[in-house]
Amino acid sequence: MWVLTNVPRAKKRPPEGARVARRGVVTRYRAWVRHHRASAADSLLKILDHPVSSMLTWLVVGIAMALPVSLMLTLDNLRGLEGSVADEASLSLFLAESVDTAAARALAQTISERDDVAGVRYHSRDKALEEFREQSGFADIIDGLGSNPLPHLLLVTPRDRTSVAASEDLAAALSGLPAVAEVVVDSAWLRRLQGLLAVGERIVLTLALLLSMGVVLILGNTIRLAIENRREEIRVVRLVGGSNAFVRRPFLYTGLWYGVGGGVAAAMLTALGLWSLGGPVSALAAAYDAEWSLSGLGIVGSCQLVLAGGVLGLVGAWVAVSRHLRAVEPA
Amino acid sequence: MISFERVSKRYDNGHDALREVSFDVNRDELVFLTGHSGAGKSTLLRLIMLMEQPTRGRVVVNGNDLSRIGRRGVPAHRRGIGVVFQNHRLLFDRPVFDNVALPLTIAGYDDREVGRRVRAALDKVGLLDHERAMPVTLSGGEQQRVGIARAVVGRPPVLLADEPTGNLDPALSAEIMQLFADFARVGLTVLIASHDLSLISRLRHRIVTLREGRLVGTH
Ligand SMILES: Nc1ncnc2c1ncn2[C@@H]1O[C@H](COP(=O)(O)OP(=O)(O)O)[C@@H](O)[C@H]1O
Ligand SMILES: [Mg+2]
Repeated sequence: MWVLTNVPRAKKRPPEGARVARRGVVTRYRAWVRHHRASAADSLLKILDHPVSSMLTWLVVGIAMALPVSLMLTLDNLRGLEGSVADEASLSLFLAESVDTAAARALAQTISERDDVAGVRYHSRDKALEEFREQSGFADIIDGLGSNPLPHLLLVTPRDRTSVAASEDLAAALSGLPAVAEVVVDSAWLRRLQGLLAVGERIVLTLALLLSMGVVLILGNTIRLAIENRREEIRVVRLVGGSNAFVRRPFLYTGLWYGVGGGVAAAMLTALGLWSLGGPVSALAAAYDAEWSLSGLGIVGSCQLVLAGGVLGLVGAWVAVSRHLRAVEPA
Repeated sequence: MISFERVSKRYDNGHDALREVSFDVNRDELVFLTGHSGAGKSTLLRLIMLMEQPTRGRVVVNGNDLSRIGRRGVPAHRRGIGVVFQNHRLLFDRPVFDNVALPLTIAGYDDREVGRRVRAALDKVGLLDHERAMPVTLSGGEQQRVGIARAVVGRPPVLLADEPTGNLDPALSAEIMQLFADFARVGLTVLIASHDLSLISRLRHRIVTLREGRLVGTH
């Protein structure tokens, strides 16, 4: 139609290239948005066209992401436990035998005035013997002793309860006092837990890094196959003037969708694991009379996980596209 | 419109596909490029498409020296050229309409304009009622006409065709060539590579002949 009816005008018409160049920025922007939308939709439809293989990809990505995330959650929950353990952290100061009651009280007062001390409880040797007598059932033997063999005891609570280093510094300072025979730090447990948590954090971090790389490689490979399958299409698109960005876009969206789907799968797997642990954990907590329950990812955490999946998918697609698309030159 | 100035092309394997070729195709002109198989016809078209770079010499298309066009400029350059291939190179996973619409989608036209232009192009090649058909259901001649519709839908100033009738019988071939002649009449610059001398010599257009990469005649 346009070809035959406009013969005289057609000859004066400026070439198409020039007219395209003159089209406004707004028009170009609209075209750009249109192609983004079309690529996003097409890529998603192509993925959904193969539900089984797509599900498998999502599951693989989901498992790879859920693993470090669950470990991280475990660590977070243990850290909550650490807080409650720290409440009990204190130093036991056994005083020298020569220290009498008045001196012990005075010492308790002096120590409680220190900046790094939250409180001091004085436990007299008489009271200790009394308790021991009642609770141990060795009343006869204890009565048979001529004198009280137990020392005075000061229970010191450090101000900084969560820091093992602080309580150890305090212990060192206090053990230097002449009246103090021995200092027992009750933070060994805490110390071990903190050590374990630090190691665990490293392991999770390393694992997350490795598995992220794995996800990028898996998705990169998936995108590479998609590129292989659409070789001829890519060539034709290039021949009729498709830019690199145009050719790249659908593959980047494919990566994005695989990643986002993987992130959703990871969030679901994590929630599932937590749910299956929830019953036993609350039973355990009840047995210990503890108010402690597992905390999960939450809405925000789950969204972050999905986002992270999307980012990994994009990175994987980008790697594949930049490595393999160039090889598909029009021929 | 298309101008070759002492153009030589040596492939990486040392083969000289074109040697010192010079010729011009004017605006609105249809020129046939002929020669035996291996004479360098496809190579010449590939230089215009920037699928290859000349080893020596200068190619100018629509006033643009192609050696000045960088990597980033190649897509825009190709959008100004319609191409038709011997084997059509249609995308078989989508209907005729989508195949023809491809250059417009790339250029970023909106759906309404795409629909209008695709139908105009399909009408021109006589396939208006086949827009929803899948390419496999079409005959060879019809597939080639879809390829032609795709080449002209973006209204490029230049139209190239490499053996467009290579797989068609003589009657169909004549029809297709007539179609190209119509495009040249309305302002396109058309260059068609074909070794079918008996067919092209019947159409009264300029013929450029290559032999072993050399230009041996233009009449
Ligand atoms: N990519 C390539 N690498 C090396 N030699 C090539 C390549 N393409 C074509 N040739 C050679 O260049 C010569 C011209 O090829 P071509 O342009 O395809 O000729 P025609 O299209 O006229 O048949 C032939 O001898 C062919 O073998
Ligand atoms: Mg050829």
